[in-house]
Amino acid sequence: MNIVVLVKQVPDTWSERKLSDADHTLDRASADAVLDEINERAVEEALLAKEAQGGEVTVVCMGPERANEAIRKALSMGADSAVHVSDEALHGSDAVQTARTLAAAIGTLESVDLVIAGNESTDGRAGAVPAMVAELLGWPQLTYARKLDTDGQSVSIERESDAGVATVEANLPALVSVTEKINEPRYPSFKGIMAAKKKPVSTLSVADVGLSADEVGLGSAPTQVVSSAPAPPKEAGVKVTDEGEGGVQIVEFLSGQKLV
Amino acid sequence: MSEVLVLVDHAAGEVRKVTLELLTAARRLGEPAAVVVGESGTAGKLADSLTAYGASKIYVAESAEAGQYLITPQVDVLASLVSSAQPAAVLVPASIDGKEIAGRLAVRTGSGLLSEAVDLDAEGVAAHSLFGGAYQASAKATTATTVVTVLPGSVEAEAASGAGEQVTAEVPAQDAGRAATVTGHQPAEAGDRPELTEAGVVVSGGRGVGSAENFAVIEKLADSLGAAVGASRAAVDSGYYPPQFQVGQTGKTVSPQLYVALGISGAIQHRAGMQTSKTIVAVNKDPEAPIFDIADYGMVGDLFKVAPQLTDEVEKRKS
Ligand SMILES: Cc1cc2nc3c(=O)[nH]c(=O)nc-3n(C[C@H](O)[C@H](O)[C@H](O)COP(=O)(O)OP(=O)(O)OC[C@H]3O[C@@H](n4cnc5c(N)ncnc54)[C@H](O)[C@@H]3O)c2cc1C
Ligand SMILES: Cc1cc2nc3c(=O)[nH]c(=O)nc-3n(C[C@H](O)[C@H](O)[C@H](O)COP(=O)(O)OP(=O)(O)OC[C@H]3O[C@@H](n4cnc5c(N)ncnc54)[C@H](O)[C@@H]3O)c2cc1C
Repeated sequence: MNIVVLVKQVPDTWSERKLSDADHTLDRASADAVLDEINERAVEEALLAKEAQGGEVTVVCMGPERANEAIRKALSMGADSAVHVSDEALHGSDAVQTARTLAAAIGTLESVDLVIAGNESTDGRAGAVPAMVAELLGWPQLTYARKLDTDGQSVSIERESDAGVATVEANLPALVSVTEKINEPRYPSFKGIMAAKKKPVSTLSVADVGLSADEVGLGSAPTQVVSSAPAPPKEAGVKVTDEGEGGVQIVEFLSGQKLV
Repeated sequence: MSEVLVLVDHAAGEVRKVTLELLTAARRLGEPAAVVVGESGTAGKLADSLTAYGASKIYVAESAEAGQYLITPQVDVLASLVSSAQPAAVLVPASIDGKEIAGRLAVRTGSGLLSEAVDLDAEGVAAHSLFGGAYQASAKATTATTVVTVLPGSVEAEAASGAGEQVTAEVPAQDAGRAATVTGHQPAEAGDRPELTEAGVVVSGGRGVGSAENFAVIEKLADSLGAAVGASRAAVDSGYYPPQFQVGQTGKTVSPQLYVALGISGAIQHRAGMQTSKTIVAVNKDPEAPIFDIADYGMVGDLFKVAPQLTDEVEKRKS
């Protein structure tokens, strides 16, 4: 079974994250960059499926040169090879353009059975790229999986949403996105880290995946950020120490705010 | 004036509050047209509420298949309305399903996607709160139609009467090869508490609550305030409370009038899901806990002393 995992490098949620003053795109230099945690779970799920069914796991990532580190992490967990779409022209691409690029990159691979993505990234949080890629590939989407089963022919998931838990099924090829409840990702072993250094990573340009440079990037994005700034600091509130009347004091505060 | 489509979020024959918020935002941009996708007989029950919040038209797209397939029925209905009505914008709730519907619709119709808007002006410029509230931005689409997902709770719903003219719309037949089939469904236990993302008050517990049994303290306070219950990831991971109640970066984003955090340290990833709450009250025994940096009212103390007293006092004032 040939499995593709979509992985994204994101600024670490623990570092200070901001947009650049010049063009309102993500300021990647200001924060530590990591493989998004949810994508470690996506890789884990792909490895579990491969262990059960056999096959190959290919990591696909769109991002600047530095995203190589995220790709290496996925390879050191056990993925077999990677496709890195990296091109200056991609700078500032929005969700629609990102989905187009990822779908085109998947299209360069032979006989893919299953694509696994994270449900939502921690930076952009569009929560839509997996569905958009499925739309572009013309494949069924089975998203927000907290459990995934596949026999190599079809796939079934438990999908957890606001409405409850649904069982969703489709024939392969299909796209699945996973939530953080699906598994605990393995740590790369020392052996895995050494092996990852020799695994094949093909770096593709926009032209290599069959798109033209004027279809992607800031200049042609269907959305435009018109302004951005740090949020004004919140005014410091009141802090009191409970001397035995803390609960009553909170109610007094709430009643002053007309909240009770 | 051009139409602005609003995808109606409904459950159990009722319009969810976010729909009324979306209709209110839609009125700023053009003529709001509600789009109901559901099994037959759905729209009839929803029409009065939609009309009372300004829907000038109600597109009725009813079919048994609407409940049998994931996401694609809504996308198909909206896409065909985008081509026939040429709306200025399509507004969709920034829920799990809504975000995916909006994404696919944007791809299919060649529209720009504005994600998790917290406000929207008459020109279609959306305000966004980024990186857990630390940053803000405004953005617009350059395409004929803008697809926007709007965070529940960020626009105040205002009533306005609309014509509510019902127009039948078709649900295109679903292609089982390209769509995923829903073969089973276990509805979320509705319970007596309001839904987390729609609640006016949210009371959340963290690792400091210490056990699943102790969450009763949080629930009692929530019930006295008519609130929804939330939890930090540490509380969820420790098995104190079910995952669907997680608030934060990788959980729900809430924006209630009042957010009460008990035994929650206030890590940046938790703040990401609640920072836009109008008023924040925190109870934590550690005076240095970062939650106090964003709390309007912080109480340094033991939650097991403060919360029960708070619950009693609220009950007392009610009677
Ligand atoms: C703060 C911020 C706000 C933004 N707002 C908007 C907006 O309103 N509209 C808009 O069109 N764009 C927006 N963008 C740009 C958008 O986030 C990027 O184009 C991004 O690459 C795709 O969206 P996402 O990360 O939010 O995807 P999500 O849909 O949240 O990502 C889910 C999954 O898709 C896969 N995936 C996503 N991106 C990649 C990638 N580059 N390589 C490999 N796999 C990937 C991963 O598996 C990931 O876990 C914003 C970006 C930022 C940083
Ligand atoms: C990628 C990523 C995504 C994440 N997503 C989320 C998310 O969606 N939501 C989320 O919440 N977290 C998320 N986290 C985790 C986050 O970093 C924190 O670990 C988590 O929020 C901590 O939860 P907590 O405040 O309950 O626990 P702790 O940080 O352990 O805090 C417990 C607090 O309780 C106080 N306390 C203890 N006993 C009492 C008492 N008797 N009375 C009063 N106070 C008491 C302590 O002083 C302490 O401040 C994420 C992390 C990462 C890396």
